[in-house]
Amino acid sequence: MKNPYLRAVWAVFRKDLAAEFRSRELIPAMLVFAVLVVLIFYFALELDVKARTAITAGALWVTFSFAGTLGLNRTMSAEKDQGCLDGLLLAPLDRSAIYFGKFFSNLAFMLIVEVIVIPAYSLLYNINLFNRGLLLVTLLGSVGYVAVGVLLASMSVQTRTRDVLLPVLLFPLVLPVIVAAVKASGGFLAADAFTEISPWLNLLLVYDIIFLAAAFMVFDYVVEE
Amino acid sequence: MSPQPRTLKILNLVSLLLLVASTLLVFFYAPTEKVMGLVQKVFYVHVATAWVGMLGFVVAAVLAVVYLRTKDLKWDAIGLAAVELSLVFFFVAVVLGSIWARPAWGTWWTWEPRLTTAAILGMIYLAYLLLRQGIEDPVRRARFGAIYTILGGLSVPLTFLSIRLFRTIHPVLIGSGGGESMGMTDEMLHTMFFHIAAFTVIFITLFWHRIRLAQYAEKVEQRKLQVMQ
Repeated sequence: MKNPYLRAVWAVFRKDLAAEFRSRELIPAMLVFAVLVVLIFYFALELDVKARTAITAGALWVTFSFAGTLGLNRTMSAEKDQGCLDGLLLAPLDRSAIYFGKFFSNLAFMLIVEVIVIPAYSLLYNINLFNRGLLLVTLLGSVGYVAVGVLLASMSVQTRTRDVLLPVLLFPLVLPVIVAAVKASGGFLAADAFTEISPWLNLLLVYDIIFLAAAFMVFDYVVEE
Repeated sequence: MSPQPRTLKILNLVSLLLLVASTLLVFFYAPTEKVMGLVQKVFYVHVATAWVGMLGFVVAAVLAVVYLRTKDLKWDAIGLAAVELSLVFFFVAVVLGSIWARPAWGTWWTWEPRLTTAAILGMIYLAYLLLRQGIEDPVRRARFGAIYTILGGLSVPLTFLSIRLFRTIHPVLIGSGGGESMGMTDEMLHTMFFHIAAFTVIFITLFWHRIRLAQYAEKVEQRKLQVMQ
């Protein structure tokens, strides 16, 4: 890669993945947590065959967003605790490159978890989730979720309340993502007409673009000292 | 303590008079609604407080941008004042709306776009206050507060849009846009607009007082530091 900006993004991304594959503390925790949430749904909602089809989309997105906060909290506090963030900030590069590096690594973690949870869910509840539309929604939804999440996590790790604060800050802001993702996933699972699903997909796309752009603009203010 | 400026004293008096006048209008000028009866009268204050609440949030979002541009802590203090005050008015609006909704819709609360968006908006600004509480450094507190306000301002229209894609039962007052519209007589419209104007003045008065309070808090903080040294 010639472009120095992209190289910086790539370096941050690779650093995060390397750290994760050596320590293996994040993805396993997210995964076990996600599976536990899926199990709790079974007991809490008594998901019989009839209820399953209606609730699957909602259950999946609750699982993803809870597991997502776990990951976001962890990657940012690891940066903060070991002074790695200061090191990154000292590097002579555009700071938004750090944001995008963290964005891609967190997106990767979340997608890995989703790629494992979706088949597990299919298996446990005997419902076919291998649907191209659903995978597209999962990708778009995760992009929006992580775009806001990384930005807010890099703020919340700098506060006194830290981990507790992230969901409180994040959930009211990502509500459009959750609503749209649940509706679109439900639509694809029920094999609705595409014209009924497309408004939700548009909303997801618009949200992703707006918040990636906003994060690009304000990230400098988050990390400046 | 510096005495209140003359304009503020006048505003105090005007606000009080406007409050009395708008209450009188509700009971003696506006006709009683045929279908809903007396409970409809709560609507004038509901609309006015909701309007003022929204106004404060818009002011806060604008001040957030101004703060990030100028880095002057003054704007942060004023932004915080706007959010706090708006939350109070907003809460009043939601409670009054609930009182109206019970006889009109038959339920205290319904998952309708405007109500749900209002609830989310309230949560965003509560989260904003929690975020500020967790940060000691005033400069960082101001910076993060401003960023969060801007993000909130971006997401609220999308939240509204996302919930709007469901059907709405909230009456649309002005202009068309689906939903049942309320047939309002001229007297009702006058009362409503009078309320909106009156509450805007009341809001400005309270806002001014709240900003003065922030200035005093700042002074107390400085004195504390002096004593400690």
